[in-house]
Amino acid sequence: MATFVQQLINGVAWGSVYALIALGYTMVYGVLRMINFAHGDVVMVGAMFGLWLAGLCGAVAGPEFTGSFTAFLIVLPVSMAFCALVGIAIEQLAYRPLRRSPRIAVLITAIGVSFLLEYGGQAVLGATPRAFPRLVGGTTWTFFEQTTVLEDGSMHFSSLVISSIDLIIVSVSLALMLALQFIVFGTKIGKAMRAVAFSHDAARLMGINVDRIITFTFGLGSALAAAAGVLLAIKVQSAEPLMGLMPGLKAFVAAVLGGIGNIPGAVVGGLVLGVAETMVAGYLSSTYKDAIAFVVLILILLFKPSGLFGTPQVEKV
Amino acid sequence: MIRAPLAVVPVPAHRTHAAIYWAAMLVGAPLVCLALNQAMVSTLASYPDTAYAAQVLLNVGVNATLAVSLNLINGYTGQFSLGHAGFMAIGAYTAAALMYYLGPQVIGTTPGVAAWGVYFAAVIVVSGLVSALAGLVVGVPSLRLKGDYLAIVTLGFGEIIRVILLNLESMRGARGFSDLEKLDQPFLVLLVLVVCVVVVRNLVSSTRGLAFLSVRDDEIAAESVGVNTTRYKVSAFVVGAYFAGVAGALYSHTQAYIIPGAFDFVKSMEIVAMVVLGGGSIGGTVLAAVGLTLLPELLKGGFMPEVMRNAFPDAMWRALPRWRMVIYSLILIAAMLIQSRGHGRGGKKVKG
Repeated sequence: MATFVQQLINGVAWGSVYALIALGYTMVYGVLRMINFAHGDVVMVGAMFGLWLAGLCGAVAGPEFTGSFTAFLIVLPVSMAFCALVGIAIEQLAYRPLRRSPRIAVLITAIGVSFLLEYGGQAVLGATPRAFPRLVGGTTWTFFEQTTVLEDGSMHFSSLVISSIDLIIVSVSLALMLALQFIVFGTKIGKAMRAVAFSHDAARLMGINVDRIITFTFGLGSALAAAAGVLLAIKVQSAEPLMGLMPGLKAFVAAVLGGIGNIPGAVVGGLVLGVAETMVAGYLSSTYKDAIAFVVLILILLFKPSGLFGTPQVEKV
Repeated sequence: MIRAPLAVVPVPAHRTHAAIYWAAMLVGAPLVCLALNQAMVSTLASYPDTAYAAQVLLNVGVNATLAVSLNLINGYTGQFSLGHAGFMAIGAYTAAALMYYLGPQVIGTTPGVAAWGVYFAAVIVVSGLVSALAGLVVGVPSLRLKGDYLAIVTLGFGEIIRVILLNLESMRGARGFSDLEKLDQPFLVLLVLVVCVVVVRNLVSSTRGLAFLSVRDDEIAAESVGVNTTRYKVSAFVVGAYFAGVAGALYSHTQAYIIPGAFDFVKSMEIVAMVVLGGGSIGGTVLAAVGLTLLPELLKGGFMPEVMRNAFPDAMWRALPRWRMVIYSLILIAAMLIQSRGHGRGGKKVKG
């Protein structure tokens, strides 16, 4: 039982990171109907920039908590702002000229941008993972410590460990999701985003500057990705140029799982995927962990392509 | 409508023409390949680093086969697949297993060159068939999807194949096969490339081949005039997977070393880059495959006269290969941006 709860906590922590990334995928898909393949790599840019910034703040990587919580409070928002600019730059330079091109052309470009960030990062910064400082302290709380003596005389220890890192990840993610909820459903620009997602032409007729809303959406999604990148790097204590690839793909699966274009769906999809993954890693084999996301994706697309909360699309000529 | 069988329908419609065409192909192709093989071997022998040049030449052949076969799926049929490395992996591992486990029982532990060659040729065909079967299994469900969803599902299948290989103890997991017999003559690679080009070319320029193009250009319109779009999509996928498997089988023995990591998403992307850069035609795809295979070697300073290599510092030649993937990605982005400039809405479709 303790193992199960432990995996559940782990899964929720990973799931909230996936959810943060998935939100960016789903918002961009909402306004542009495109898969921003490079979104996962913005996560990496956020983590790498955060690493540099943490160094400036005097945080040193190591087994002990060396930074201060203030450093975290600086690194997170500045990194988010930086990545918002990166996201906007990608949109302006690579995607905007292709607004009228076939979707496959946009997808290929997005893959190109993704590879450019990954391998450009690798060529400039090197491929070796760099240690990421523990910005939020490594306090752990242990519950339900139990020692059972098995029949053959061997002892079996079990306990439930909750770390402050997991708590911070979950609470920061939650706060950001609530903020996003407010932006999308409680502000004028959020209303414009929803209008653009509904129809570009209708939105334009209502006097909405569609291009500006798309730019804003990219900025917003990339900021969330940067937050996910910093949290992810704190959790795994390292950052490297390819770190965004797998979480990015998995977050995309989470977005599809929840119904792409649907904001609460992305959060639920992220959590479900995070928990499913840690359960597979905990009970089956950790090498199959990376495959589970794709199995989920294939099953979803084959049996319910609109996702858990999406609305089915009808193809019109 | 005349019902031609969905197979390799030769270009000349007349029966005697067809017979002459096939006789020329069946006898001519191997002879030409053999002659080319001899020419290449003797040319390479005079090259200062024969083994290196031969290896690059073999890689060119294998990559060109992969690119032409993917071009059938991505280019001619317009189904964007990102999982070609997965089919290549199936072919490579089938060939490795058949040569390693079954080989000694069939041709003995010390086979002659001829026995080994004949057995290996049979293994190549079988590897392709296994891969084609996988293409059928993957294609039937996933080809209901389109565009970016299909891309991501094929990517997913490719990754699943890789993870399964990583976990199969009989396939030696992450260590892979490192003691395979080395294939060092280009004959089989050339022959496979020629067969692949002929099959793909005939397939798309036959009467039925128009159906492939119609699926690409407008699926709904094709469906409405009676083209069974699913059938053509799956056919393209199966034929493409067959040649990917064959190329994989050749890859395993031209490298003499395979690990699951060699067949990851990056490998699929390399092949996609060749197809995109090739612009959709077979000739273009082969040229792009040659260019993109030579590119990393040129970045390393290979195939360059000493004078030129010495003109730049050693540090540069060591640093340049790291930029290979960056160049690939810039090529992809530039190709798309340039393509979009010429024709806006309603223009020519992207073939990649």
